[in-house]
Amino acid sequence: MKRSIIIRALALSLTILCVLPALLLGLSGCSAEGGNGDTLTLYVYNWGEYISDGSEGCLDSNAAFEEWYYDTYGVKVKVNYSTFSSNESLYAKLSSGSVSYDVVVPSDYMIERLIAEDLLAPLNYDNIPLAKENLLPTFFGETSEHSDYDPGNVYSVPYMYGMIGIIYNTTMVAEDDPSLGSWKLMWDENHAGNILQFNNSRDAFGTAQYYLQLDVNSNSEDDWRTALDMLKKQKPILQGYVMDEIYNKMENGSAGIAAYYAGDYLAMYENNPDLEFFYPEEGTNLYVDAMCIPKAAKHKEVAERYINFMLSVDPAYGAPAIANAEYTYYASPNRMVVESEEYIEYMGEIKEDAYEKMYDTDAVKTSSYKNLSGEKLILINELWEELKSDVTVSAGIYVICGVIIGTLAILAIYFAVRKKKRSID
Amino acid sequence: MRKNSLFQKIAAAPHILWAVMFIVAPMIFVLYFAFTDAEGNFSFSNIASLSQYGNVFILSIAFALIATVVCLIIGYPLAYFMSRQSPRAQKILMVLVMLPMWCNLLIRTYALMALLDNGGLLNALLEKLGLHKLSIVGTNFGVILGMIYDFLPYMVLPIFTAMTKLDKRYIEASHDLGCNAFQTMTRVIMPLTVSGVISGITMVFVPSISTFYISQKLGAGKIDLVGDTIERLFQNPSTYNVGAAISLVMMVLILISIRIMNHFSDDERETSAPKSGKGGGIVP
Amino acid sequence: MKFLSKCYIGLIFLLLYTPIIVLIVFSFNESGSLAEFSGFSLMWYEELFNDEEALSSLMNSLILAISSSVIATVIGTFGALGLHRMKSKYVKGAVNAVTNIPMMNPDIVTGVSMMLLFVAVAAIIKSQSFFGFGTLLIAHVTFNLPYVLLSVMPRFKGLDKSLSEAAQDLGCTPARAFFMVELPEIIPGIISGLMLGFTMSLDDFVISHFVSSPDFQTLPLYVYNQTAHNVKFSMYALSALIVVIILIILLVVNFAGSVGQRKASKKRG
Repeated sequence: MKRSIIIRALALSLTILCVLPALLLGLSGCSAEGGNGDTLTLYVYNWGEYISDGSEGCLDSNAAFEEWYYDTYGVKVKVNYSTFSSNESLYAKLSSGSVSYDVVVPSDYMIERLIAEDLLAPLNYDNIPLAKENLLPTFFGETSEHSDYDPGNVYSVPYMYGMIGIIYNTTMVAEDDPSLGSWKLMWDENHAGNILQFNNSRDAFGTAQYYLQLDVNSNSEDDWRTALDMLKKQKPILQGYVMDEIYNKMENGSAGIAAYYAGDYLAMYENNPDLEFFYPEEGTNLYVDAMCIPKAAKHKEVAERYINFMLSVDPAYGAPAIANAEYTYYASPNRMVVESEEYIEYMGEIKEDAYEKMYDTDAVKTSSYKNLSGEKLILINELWEELKSDVTVSAGIYVICGVIIGTLAILAIYFAVRKKKRSID
Repeated sequence: MRKNSLFQKIAAAPHILWAVMFIVAPMIFVLYFAFTDAEGNFSFSNIASLSQYGNVFILSIAFALIATVVCLIIGYPLAYFMSRQSPRAQKILMVLVMLPMWCNLLIRTYALMALLDNGGLLNALLEKLGLHKLSIVGTNFGVILGMIYDFLPYMVLPIFTAMTKLDKRYIEASHDLGCNAFQTMTRVIMPLTVSGVISGITMVFVPSISTFYISQKLGAGKIDLVGDTIERLFQNPSTYNVGAAISLVMMVLILISIRIMNHFSDDERETSAPKSGKGGGIVP
Repeated sequence: MKFLSKCYIGLIFLLLYTPIIVLIVFSFNESGSLAEFSGFSLMWYEELFNDEEALSSLMNSLILAISSSVIATVIGTFGALGLHRMKSKYVKGAVNAVTNIPMMNPDIVTGVSMMLLFVAVAAIIKSQSFFGFGTLLIAHVTFNLPYVLLSVMPRFKGLDKSLSEAAQDLGCTPARAFFMVELPEIIPGIISGLMLGFTMSLDDFVISHFVSSPDFQTLPLYVYNQTAHNVKFSMYALSALIVVIILIILLVVNFAGSVGQRKASKKRG
């Protein structure tokens, strides 16, 4: 094997030779842009694909913020932007205290929990004047109907909101399918192997609870167990439990039915016009994702200005609020966005009824998740574990393993006997 | 004999200190978490709650076993045939075996999933040919296939190395002494390449039983193996304890099976090939 | 028989390489689809080279791999020296066995055990941003150590003890004797340990997954995050580049070597 080591050594030096110059070039490019002076880093933790990121010609909101901040305050800020895929993983990061963020964007019930556990800092609205100016009164302020999680918005500024619905592929689900319009579609055995379920406990239980007309914030353990039974019943006909992998799977037709967030449906529709969407008649979840600042934040003031910037529609900096709404397709609680001609036109281009799907939703029965007691959270965790660890070992697997182990045993005996025989000889 | 100088005495100190701080201490933490509850009181409840994961363990062991055996069945003849090619061809084939080992596992697994997915290229082709679609992603078969695909090179390389080290004169001698091809295979070549087989088996079995990426992608989050369970439990501070208990059990299982495997290779003729561990096939 | 064996080799390699080849081909696909090739385009490569996150994670990976393999090699080489000279067989055996634990253990167990240690330490010192480059470095050094030891130890065993003793008789201090006499002898082992450590570190995903934070993302972690989301085709371009670069390096190194040999033998002839 000496040879392979030499190969490795040479290969390595070659790689470094190839890669280093490119990197150094890249780096010098960056530092030239950065120039001198102290740069302050702002850590932002958001959902995946939840901000306009400059791809395909849209605005890079974070870069725009950096530019705006430098122009306004003469200080260089670098936004370190990273993403999470569930509220629970955000919570784990925040509560373990292993990393500190300056801005996080949890959903409503998680904000409630973070407030209860004293992990968020109250906002100084002097730095966020646009909140009062731009946000719709239904989502922000004392009288808002959708901010029970944080009455009066002491800790949070709504970023986007939306509802969960069911996406389906019209080539796989017939127009007259009796299950259309209802959660029943997710439990329909005719579509076995084509259904995707959420891979996070709260949303997955939610689908079963709405289907069964149970309270999604129920205090009764029985309710949760009933929902679990429903999910267990569903498991064999599912293709899988996924989160953002759903985009690829729905777009390329790998799966035909999935519950997901309304905004993401439009993103998928853009790549696959066979997809359709509905809000189930039994009711569904309305969620608000809001920007918050953790207690441990190192640059609270800058973070507040960041929040303010994301509410702005200043055309000099690319109108980040509109750009983000257009990029994510989620519903915006920002009046300046909702009433913007450009935005309405843009939504119409995506899909004729896109704007109505997102905003004309008074007829849809909705409720929102609330933070549950610690006891209930533990229960849900346990039930989720029960669901995920509920795997069946099929008879085929047992047979194959039996054959393998049997063969191995016979071989072992054969060799042992032969050895003995030889030693006797 | 000269006494060891101070320099030689303290030379190993940083190493020992490092090993104690970052190998022994983490293991103690696993033990500690496995045997305490969330409040830090001593408890067996984590170990007791493992019964819930019985099927997960059985499934993981079964998958890893099947994948290892299939890799051996495919890989052993492959290594043998490769070793019979011309030196130049051997060199090319060696590169082709090593290339996947150098590429990141995530990339290869994802490529496989993208190919096999219901809406992937394979099914698009089948559809064009007017054949029935194959559902592979999200099934047991898909996960096992992923393991075989990802870890086959790790089986081939150590066996191939053992084959090339094998003295050709033994084979000639066995022919001269009247062995037919089958007897030469079972009585000469196989016993002399056991060490390669053993390290191949460990290098396939250990990563297969502990994987979570393969089951996540090719099992579509529906088929949970031990690795997935550990990964999920360590996302939430309140379930670290159960996670630690599962990790502990898996570690003990694997260390025992490595012990048994090494025992087998000790039985056979001593060879210079390394016995086990992930570095097996690549360490000189 | 010969023909059949060639067919077998061909078939297995075909199966092994189909996904990789498909990936490379479709990285040039104009439309973001894996089922249909609609037209040749380099747009995904362009996007990749404009993706700051990908480039910075590549840089991070290289920094981490170089620093962790160097540190592990230094610690491990001195460790091997000390162990080699150690009188007590039990201590030697114990240290060896402990060092090998990360190599035997599944990566996931090593990863979670280190994570538990770091979580506990972070809780004790009440640090808010404990995870990051430091924790990654510690973890990578730890799992590189056994490979260094494994490459260097045999070299020490093959060393002639009288050389070092002679050097000391001629007035060298033991430390000087080590650096002047023994070190040159064991250099090949050190280099192979370094290489192994470097490649292991560059390739590691599982252990890094548990001890990292978003501020310091390595290339495998970046790939993982990408494949957990809505996969952009620039990911395919990245994968294709990695495969091709490695293939070229392997081929060049392998065949440059043999060309050199042939040239040398020709000269002699």
